Amino acid sequence: MTLLPAAEAPLTPPPAGSAKKSRQGLGLGRYIAIRAVLILPTVLILVTLVFFLMRVVGDPISASVGDRLTPAQLEERLTAAGFNRPILVQYFEYIGQIFTGNFGRTLTDNRPITEVLLQYGSATLELVIYALIVAFLIGIPLGLVAAYRKDRTPDAILRVLAILAYATPVFFAGLLLKLVFGVWLGVLPLSGRADTRVALALGRMDDPTGIYLIDAIRLGSPTAIGDVLAHAVLPALALGLLTAGVFLRLVRTNVISTLSNDYVNAARSRGVSEFRLVTKHAYKPALIPIITVIGLQIALMLGGAVLTETTFEWRGLGFQLTQYLNARDFVAVQGIVALLAVIVAVTNFVVDVIAALIDPRVRY
Amino acid sequence: MAGTATPVSARPTIKPTLWQRLPLVSHLRQSIGLQRGMLVVGMVITAVIVLAAVFAPLIAPYGFAESRVDGVQFGRQQAPSAEHIWGTTVGGYDVFSRVIWGAQTALLVVIISVLLSIFAGVVLGLVSGYLGGWLDRILVVIADAIYPFPTLLIAIVVSIVLTGGESSLWGGVLAAAVAVTVVFIPQYFRVIRSEVVRLKAEAFVESAQVIGTSTVRIMFLHVLRNSTRTLPLIVTLNASEAILTLAGLGFLGFGIQPTAAAEWGYDLNRALSDTASGIWWTGVFPGISIVLLGLGLTLVGESINDIADPRLRTRKRPTKGVPA
Repeated sequence: MTLLPAAEAPLTPPPAGSAKKSRQGLGLGRYIAIRAVLILPTVLILVTLVFFLMRVVGDPISASVGDRLTPAQLEERLTAAGFNRPILVQYFEYIGQIFTGNFGRTLTDNRPITEVLLQYGSATLELVIYALIVAFLIGIPLGLVAAYRKDRTPDAILRVLAILAYATPVFFAGLLLKLVFGVWLGVLPLSGRADTRVALALGRMDDPTGIYLIDAIRLGSPTAIGDVLAHAVLPALALGLLTAGVFLRLVRTNVISTLSNDYVNAARSRGVSEFRLVTKHAYKPALIPIITVIGLQIALMLGGAVLTETTFEWRGLGFQLTQYLNARDFVAVQGIVALLAVIVAVTNFVVDVIAALIDPRVRY
Repeated sequence: MAGTATPVSARPTIKPTLWQRLPLVSHLRQSIGLQRGMLVVGMVITAVIVLAAVFAPLIAPYGFAESRVDGVQFGRQQAPSAEHIWGTTVGGYDVFSRVIWGAQTALLVVIISVLLSIFAGVVLGLVSGYLGGWLDRILVVIADAIYPFPTLLIAIVVSIVLTGGESSLWGGVLAAAVAVTVVFIPQYFRVIRSEVVRLKAEAFVESAQVIGTSTVRIMFLHVLRNSTRTLPLIVTLNASEAILTLAGLGFLGFGIQPTAAAEWGYDLNRALSDTASGIWWTGVFPGISIVLLGLGLTLVGESINDIADPRLRTRKRPTKGVPA
């Protein structure tokens, strides 16, 4: 999907209920309002899907701890948790709870799910930000080079590399990085977010943000900062390379099509050098389509984060999600999925708004 | 469809035969230089893996779940040697055999999932786009909600529901394929629907309506045939994504069970702990297989995309050369 920038970038417009010409002139405010209202059904649909899919397997308690309980104990716990009531009653209760911010408690370790989300969400956020930085630093300059050298050797090499980055699963990239930098060269740590001592020191801080780099800086210890950064390099590379490939391709395609615009031709005829055309004239307009795709990229990264976190034992939401999935703790799974759905929906909303601010044509 | 893309000089003389109009063949004929190179490389890589999958029983020296021969154990984590050219895994299986058998699993899942998602996505897109109304609106909202969500997570949830934990070969392959399918239906749905909505206003559809052609006939004859031009592109790109999704499922332990079939993602998961002690052969070979198959399919899809898009298509130049 990410490979289809041109064909897929425009999201299907909101339900065409009032899609008449009369909307013209209402402009940005109305556009943002419609987009904001659309967050709700998006989240609701995903939560609903996951809720019912999970319940097809059975009730969460039998699924997670059922084999360790006697039938009487099971019955008792089911009644206590309300899982033996009609499914629709449970569903509406669950939806109601979600909207009041109460996601319930995990079944396996009986923690409030909001606490789990906050604790591990920050770790995932940190990873995704690092990966985005890697993707921007690698993808955009190389994309410009590929466009500048279109159909020449650098372009060919870069395009193959970009496809390679796309075709490589993040966990294999991670495995290779671990093998080369962690084992053979022995320069970077293999897994985790920090050394045990550093992690302990960071955990003991009052009011930790959970984002290790910020915490380490607040701690003021250079060793802690270095350690945290060293642990972040390989996971960020593994996850970032995938997206860097996508950015490279997007920048290349967009710059090439911008380069055939009249104003670029005009500049070219005035004798502006091809290099300057790429870096000054075609660069910025070519970035606009990229902004609209970043929303999808972040969703892709969240999926990749699950794999990256498992590869590097980075204790974030994705790592925790697989733990809970293996334990068949469906209440926890639902909570995490609901949060991810909110993140995806809100990101897309923000991206849509930014795109509308930059490019008035988007507002239709 | 591809009519505008044929070089002008070739058009008036010969009408392309059916063979020449087949998706990949026609693309190959249109391409030149670097693009043709990429297309050919992609097709060759894919073909090699397909052959490996088809002839897996002949190529693989051992079964995928075979850990002993004549009662003698292979040994665990053996380095590559004459008996086991790519070494053995932590479970004592032959890595080479598992990689070859894994090709079979991967292709089975890809083929089933692509067929299922084309079928479901095309029918839904056609009905939704042509008939419109409340059904259309509901389907669009649902597809839009699922579309940006991480595909892997949906696949995990669906796979757990379908397998309930354990699975046989066909059960596992089917469950993985359906899990991958669910993810891709919205993509086919969106593409086909937007084509259908565009075609609905065309004159030929209107004239069919005027002479009283039945709705079903218009949908499946007149509109469907004209709305499939982007399918080859999406199919190849989705196929490579299906490989990644399947491997991701296997890597997280929600794919096919190891005794039921060989699966590259699962093998990589088991290989993860090997890397710390410098054992590379258990992970590198299945990993490279995933990359190669993904690369082959993406190269084909990518080339089709470029050839279909006139802005990106490399044109024949008067001066020969500039190939990479």
